[in-house]
Amino acid sequence: MAEKVLKKPRSFYDIYERNPSADKKMPHYCPGCGHGNVHKFIAEALDDFDVADRTIFISPVGCSVFAYYYFDTGNIQAAHGRAPAVATGIKRAHPHSIVISYQGDGDLAAIGTAEILHAANRGENITVFFINNAIYGMTGGQMAPTTIVGQKTTTTPYGRRPQNEGYPVKIAELISQLEAPVYVERVALFDNKHRAKARMAVRKAIKNQVDNLGFSLVEVLSPCPSGWKMDPVDAMHWIEEEMVKVFPLGVYKDITKEVEPYHIEEFKPEAEEIKELLDLKTESKSFARSTVPEKYKNPEIKIAGFGGQGVLLLGAALAQAGMLQDYHVSWLPSYGPEMRGGTANCHVNIREIEIGSPVVANPSILIALNRPSLEKFEPDVQSGGLIIYDSSLIDIEPSRKDVEILAIPSTKMADELGNTRIANMVVLGAIAGYTNFFDLKTLFETLNTAIKRKNLIEINRKAVETGYQFGKEHRVK
Amino acid sequence: MGKLLVKGNDAIVRGAILAGCRVYFGYPITPASEIAETAAKYLPKVGGTFLQAESEIASINMVYGAASGGVRVMTASSSPGISLKQEGVSYAAGAELPCVIVDVMRGGPGLGNIAPEQSDYNQIVKGGGHGNYKCPVLAPYSAQEMSDFIQLAFDLAEKYRTPVYVLTDGYIGQMMEPVEFGEPKTDFPRFDWALYGDAESKQNLISSIYLEPDELEEHNRKLQRKYAEIEANEVRFEDFMLEDAEIVLMGYGIVSRVLKTVVEKLREEGVKAGLLRPKTLFPFPKKKIAELAQRVKKFLVVEMSNGQMVDDVRLAVNGKCPVEFYGRMGGNVPTMKEVLEHSKKLMEA
Repeated sequence: MAEKVLKKPRSFYDIYERNPSADKKMPHYCPGCGHGNVHKFIAEALDDFDVADRTIFISPVGCSVFAYYYFDTGNIQAAHGRAPAVATGIKRAHPHSIVISYQGDGDLAAIGTAEILHAANRGENITVFFINNAIYGMTGGQMAPTTIVGQKTTTTPYGRRPQNEGYPVKIAELISQLEAPVYVERVALFDNKHRAKARMAVRKAIKNQVDNLGFSLVEVLSPCPSGWKMDPVDAMHWIEEEMVKVFPLGVYKDITKEVEPYHIEEFKPEAEEIKELLDLKTESKSFARSTVPEKYKNPEIKIAGFGGQGVLLLGAALAQAGMLQDYHVSWLPSYGPEMRGGTANCHVNIREIEIGSPVVANPSILIALNRPSLEKFEPDVQSGGLIIYDSSLIDIEPSRKDVEILAIPSTKMADELGNTRIANMVVLGAIAGYTNFFDLKTLFETLNTAIKRKNLIEINRKAVETGYQFGKEHRVK
Repeated sequence: MGKLLVKGNDAIVRGAILAGCRVYFGYPITPASEIAETAAKYLPKVGGTFLQAESEIASINMVYGAASGGVRVMTASSSPGISLKQEGVSYAAGAELPCVIVDVMRGGPGLGNIAPEQSDYNQIVKGGGHGNYKCPVLAPYSAQEMSDFIQLAFDLAEKYRTPVYVLTDGYIGQMMEPVEFGEPKTDFPRFDWALYGDAESKQNLISSIYLEPDELEEHNRKLQRKYAEIEANEVRFEDFMLEDAEIVLMGYGIVSRVLKTVVEKLREEGVKAGLLRPKTLFPFPKKKIAELAQRVKKFLVVEMSNGQMVDDVRLAVNGKCPVEFYGRMGGNVPTMKEVLEHSKKLMEA
């Protein structure tokens, strides 16, 4: 007959060096506490599946916050209730690791309700052990979300009353309603038979993760003689007689035979591929600057109109063209409260030297594509500046006498070209033609970047060209 | 690579990925959502993970988890969301975990509004959560700096094992400017403190618990030494026309852009003005300020807040010259004109 050697699982440290207490061989838990049982089941399972080396154990606030004294695994101590989120983080960073979130009732079912629900709902490939002892053990016996009706605690000195505190939260039932979790079971620790069942549940929950099956949760009804102010034997009876009535034992969900294991393919692109994937593979193009009359240099441009008129794109195209000619440029869209009411505007600076504020409060060039914009911004234009407006849509004329005015029926021109939506590009051409700021070559290159749909580039080129001729013909002599 | 015309919120994500960030956890909030959206677009392409968390608190704790694994990880939010994250940042500071948090500030307190403010200065620069900690804070003022600073943020985070903030506002995020992106970083060191889910790293413990008062005090002293080292090595600022300046304008982020134009205009009118623009808010350019305070007539600090950075300026000036403050709140960006008028009045006084 083989000799059976009884010893500590290898997944525990031999000596608990991290425990500040003088005795480095004894755990810090109280006599009769259930944590020791569950710790042992976990350590044995880690041994048997030979995964302790790649296990990362997460211990949030509660008596088990010091689980890192014992487990010879990677250890993370986490904030109260946040262990499932921390587990998500490390599991996503290192998917091959075995991540265990070990939580008490206050942690999991009160302050961390959101974290557990959503980690479960995402089907994180982690294992959660939920120690339900119906009390806050660590802080000295206050009410837990799982405290049963009538149970006296330091914060329910007259017993838990549903009228005031509601009913105990049933986690196994709750989590098993979600689609993603693969395995949810509630077990208890009150006698050998049930401890053996608990041990099997712990093993299965860990094995599920080793097999990449998904999210498992085991709820353990566990004794807390200190918190309950009972001796350990009475505590066992209390689980059997009182707790089990409220928290029925059993498998609440098991779809482990039906689900496909996760497959995580690691992809580590090289430098060149990364640039490609980030759309950063662009040629450095540079175009010669045109000879620009002094008054049009360093324009501060405001473009305004209805949403849908391509106001932002027109601004972006101007900035893009400026960039191609190595100017300093900035583009700022209307932002915040300004955005309301269906109007859009943007601010563009094209400057020979560095741009300070990107905000254009007093434009040197105002492009107004609808009447409200013209009325609103006309007074702000710098004296000697330029107003360009769509005379096919705006039925008034600017009243300023100290500025240049270019009235262009851009919408009508766009219609004649066959597409109302290119009116903005007619205007782009017109500004360039009128001020001689950009040549057509630069504008055409701009379209290659600004227009995402390649089949629209041709018609936009026509728009720019038509606008350019119009602008050129209307230059001030 | 050529220059690209991109938004600040885009530049910061692509910059982060170039810096080697492959994991992002976040919760949507205006005006920071574009950062999450851009991360959601690009991270899966390069073999990374983007995850929209159930809450700000969950997202910072996911960051805590991934940071424990020694990978480059980030999150982004805006002011009310940052308030929620403070618990997690305190834990990360205590456990000395490198990670990067972007705050695209908006108007407060409470729900406030979504327009740009700079009223998070105190909660970001002074620690923010519980405990004796501070985080390096970088304040970009252009799309280019959004890309550059996020990369620097990861480097600093790892060098000093600390959370690092990039503090910015809706304007810098929304603005498009030409950006020259750097080269991708592809090799990463293995840290002796991190958890990789293997035998070599399993002895490591990520924790902020020190039960014994002496131990916790020693841990705190160690943190303070680290912050002193950061103060000694990592101060960054821009000096714009300070050499002969009589009035020093100070501001960061979008405000400093306005101030640059104000300085130009003041100079045109014969006023000797200069701009001191902190690029790092912690560490703060205290020495430079103290040195200027010896020889200039005045400081004018401009913020989109009730005056938060100005306190640090006053501490550094230490009564050597007057420190004036001009602030706008509620999402109003001070215009060049109003600051110009205010500065002129101050110089006449």
